[in-house]
Amino acid sequence: MASTYVTGSPITGSLEGSQVGDRLFKALLTAAALAVPILMGFLVYELWLGSRLAIERYGLGFVTGSIWDPVAEEFGALPLIVGTLVSSFLALLMAVPLSLGVAIFLTEFAPRALRQPIAFLIELLAAIPSVVYGLWGIFVLVPLLKAHVFPFLRDSFGFLPFFQGPIYGPSMLSASIILAIMIMPFIMSVSREVLLAVPASQREAALALGATRWEAVISAIVPYARSGIIGAVILGLGRALGETMAVTMLIGNRNEISASLFAPGYTMAAVIANEFTEAVGDLHLSALAYVALVLFLVTVIVNAGARLLIWRVSRGTPAGGMGA
Amino acid sequence: MNRRLIRRWVSNAMVGLMVVTVVVAVAPLLFILLNLLVKGAGSLSIEFFTRTPVPAGETGGGVAHAIVGTLIIVGMASLLGLPLGIGAGIYCAEYPGTRIAKAARFIADVLNGTPSIVVGVFAWALIVARTKQFSALAGSCALAMLMVPMVMRTTEELVKLVPHSLREAAVALGYARWRTSLGIVVRTALPGIVTGALLAVARVAGETAPLLFTALGSQFMSFKVTEPMAALPLTVFNYAIGPYEEWHRYAWATALVLILVVLVLSLAARLATRRKFTLNA
Repeated sequence: MASTYVTGSPITGSLEGSQVGDRLFKALLTAAALAVPILMGFLVYELWLGSRLAIERYGLGFVTGSIWDPVAEEFGALPLIVGTLVSSFLALLMAVPLSLGVAIFLTEFAPRALRQPIAFLIELLAAIPSVVYGLWGIFVLVPLLKAHVFPFLRDSFGFLPFFQGPIYGPSMLSASIILAIMIMPFIMSVSREVLLAVPASQREAALALGATRWEAVISAIVPYARSGIIGAVILGLGRALGETMAVTMLIGNRNEISASLFAPGYTMAAVIANEFTEAVGDLHLSALAYVALVLFLVTVIVNAGARLLIWRVSRGTPAGGMGA
Repeated sequence: MNRRLIRRWVSNAMVGLMVVTVVVAVAPLLFILLNLLVKGAGSLSIEFFTRTPVPAGETGGGVAHAIVGTLIIVGMASLLGLPLGIGAGIYCAEYPGTRIAKAARFIADVLNGTPSIVVGVFAWALIVARTKQFSALAGSCALAMLMVPMVMRTTEELVKLVPHSLREAAVALGYARWRTSLGIVVRTALPGIVTGALLAVARVAGETAPLLFTALGSQFMSFKVTEPMAALPLTVFNYAIGPYEEWHRYAWATALVLILVVLVLSLAARLATRRKFTLNA
């Protein structure tokens, strides 16, 4: 009984000390965890504060106005929004088949010894900084496209409005191609993880029914992983929407909506990158902050959708497999 | 019989098509690295690493100012961002059901998807607009903000992987909760946490967009964090869009240096986890 109160005892000593330690530990961790939502709150607040002038002046009409003239202080973001959407969707159009092909090959067909090295190489692509893609784009990709690919497209598919008109180097199509290269590793690695999570029984059942390996993939494995793959694609879309440097360097930065993909365009991220440091008027700065706010909201919506879909897969909603 | 042949043929053709996609996907990587080596390596010299730029038109000079700038800006960002991210990650793993953990996790996912240029605008509004001065510190804050969600999520995942029996053993031996967490659980997950941290550092070291209107860039060697400072990605960008041949040569060389920094960090990150596996085995 009395021994419980012996203060010199190592056990009681550590317990008393530990209560203070525990509280301090928890308080520090809680502060760190709380900082995340607080920072986010700050971000939204600052963006709103910064764009208040433009919000009051234009309201929601900002996203439908098509004139962007800093000198006349007239700002509308429609061409920027269209440019962002068009370049991102074009990039998806190119990147999705490629990355799915690679992901399926790596999970289903590749020799075991090749799987890790190839996945590693492609994930290295994700490590290359955006500005290096831009540099490579300006000096290698664009000259190549201008000299060979674009003339070929115009000659072969010139009847489509997308491939008409004069050929500039920097253009919507150039930017989309660099974007496709940049988002491909993300889509590839997420869909690869999703495909790896498909239970082996799924494939075995298809094969046992006499399907060829490709039929097993397309009829049993991909449908099982469908919502996860869609999530991966949307995640890639989120990346493409906010990508700044490479696009700024390749898209030509002209504030027009054009049917031709050879024509220069502009995106929300690019206009911020180009004009923010040089903006002098309060309204100009405010309009740029408004663009940032719109871009932020678009990516939040896109990413939330993607997360939801991926969660559904990792919780095993579709078909409820027999376990891996 | 015939149909079976066709089906088998289709299957093989699709596999062939997938091999093509792999080749197309890997080609840009090799192409980019090759170009960087060919166009950048020729301009690398001792001078390139030790001197600051000379006026346009003259030859010589280097990017020492940008190397130092990147070290300072990314170093400060790590000091700000890593403890916060790791702390938040441990919290989410240790108290997973709490409302704060759920909120932090959700918001970290949102932040992870937030374009870096938007974070740049935020740092500008928060710091540059208030102090009326472009500064390296503002750039560091922007980069730190990008690091927090990345580090938080990897830390959480790795701490969660630590077997429960380890924690129970420590508690049974009379360890206090905080000592169990730090000394046993976090320590076991440490190599993975280091990997996550290094990957985050590698990613923000290559970021340009959040620095454009925070650290701004500079032509001079500077150690003052309250003033504009150069950084490798900014230097690549400014040289690349500049009008001079000489600048383009420097852009390639600087890009080569930048990519070496990023790749070394990424590889170091991988090695950190590999060591963990050999230790456990």
